[in-house]
Amino acid sequence: MKYAGLLVMPAGFFLSVAALVLFPSPTLRVAFVLCGIGVEILGLVVAVKAHIEPRGQTNGEPH
Amino acid sequence: MTPVQLPAPNIMSDTAVALTLVLLALAPLAIAGVALINTGLGRSRSAAQALLGSLAILAVAAIAFLLIGSTLTGTPSDPGHSFHLAGKPWNWLGAGPLSLAGLSTAPIQSQLELLFEFLAVALAALIPWGTGADRLRLAAGCASAAVLAAIVFPLFAHWVWAGGWLSQLGVNFSLGSGFSDPGGAASIHVLGGIGALAIVWITGSRKGKFPKEGFSTAMPGHNAVYILFGCFIALVGWLAFNMAGAVLWLHAPLAALPVTAINTLLAASGAIAATFTVTRVRFGKPDASLCANGWLAGLVASSASAAMVTPLQSLVIGIVAGILTPLLVEVLELAVSIDDPSGAISVHAASGLWGLLAAGILAGPPGQLVSQLIGVSALLGIILPLVYLLFYLLNRVVPFRVEADGERIGMDLHELGGGAYPEFVIHRDDSYR
Repeated sequence: MKYAGLLVMPAGFFLSVAALVLFPSPTLRVAFVLCGIGVEILGLVVAVKAHIEPRGQTNGEPH
Repeated sequence: MTPVQLPAPNIMSDTAVALTLVLLALAPLAIAGVALINTGLGRSRSAAQALLGSLAILAVAAIAFLLIGSTLTGTPSDPGHSFHLAGKPWNWLGAGPLSLAGLSTAPIQSQLELLFEFLAVALAALIPWGTGADRLRLAAGCASAAVLAAIVFPLFAHWVWAGGWLSQLGVNFSLGSGFSDPGGAASIHVLGGIGALAIVWITGSRKGKFPKEGFSTAMPGHNAVYILFGCFIALVGWLAFNMAGAVLWLHAPLAALPVTAINTLLAASGAIAATFTVTRVRFGKPDASLCANGWLAGLVASSASAAMVTPLQSLVIGIVAGILTPLLVEVLELAVSIDDPSGAISVHAASGLWGLLAAGILAGPPGQLVSQLIGVSALLGIILPLVYLLFYLLNRVVPFRVEADGERIGMDLHELGGGAYPEFVIHRDDSYR
């Protein structure tokens, strides 16, 4: 899941950039840029949750 | 107050050149302050490795930036690699001279911009080092600094400071004056904070930090004096970075610099006052290391906005950063098990993002907020996955995490063969349960 989250984040970026190119209207532009950032945050949340270290894993191994 | 956006002058006045040089000579104090704070926040048995590592990272970042990064970053007067999309040029990578060839005959403004970039890349590369305290190997710290300085920083710094597509959003899409980051909130701090997050994901937590039962183990910093004195030193460096950045990237007149300095101080002051209050309410007494984190968070937030807002707005920006920082430190540790000894993710990444957004909300012409949002989107959508990928691959070549025995005896003994405090009695560590 950690890789899925990290792959979703560029998709959010391209959504934000697409808003610049596709929508001259400021309102639509802002809405799509915010949607893009929302997608990135979703990806970040998935990546963070996938990286949560199981409690008691005290050997310090990377996860 | 709105950003000063004058056409780039061909020749800076002698006064401006001299002042900017003096400011850039003071800017390394920001690096020294962060290094001292990181060292104090780590354990005593890793203190020498932490401070030597800071010096080594500074050196490696400078060399990597000279050999590769400076070419990819360039300056606004250098050519860049562009493509055309929807009838607009998208300048995405610099094409400066190889290894600073011909630097001595370049315009003085270009030379100063490159000096700023050298100091910026050193600070950005240093930020993840504090997060990896007590388990990140020296070689890995240097290798990750080289990757940041040679590839990641140049890419983003070109977009922002050297005529790249983010800086041209105002010209190409009428979005304010384009993405604005005069003091390096994005290019230095968010980038460094992202590196810190990647480091903690790849290296894992310190041994014993998250036991099977109960709360996470408290591993307090070993020297509050280093931490708090580092805050004083960092202030001088930040004043220099913010004022020099305003001159170089916003072309601010010298008369605008005192306000920039006052705003920097006010942001830090508001932030530490807020963190002091929050920790006093949460724990009954103010927490010294979290207050230091709050101070730094205010400085980081000011990096985006100090040259563009009023003093009252700067105070508010600092207060918000100071409230968010201790809460986020707690959430990251308790809710998502992120072991970040220096608090770099909260202090540099989160506060940097807040500062960038605050600059768009409070200071810009119409459309500025959208420019700032696009910049934030680039950081989260491109830079974070790129840094993680590069560090993941690097970890295969240069393992990031020290062996278990090295962590047990301390990084000083394991990597340097001697401790920072050889005459001190080393106490038994009770955190290994």
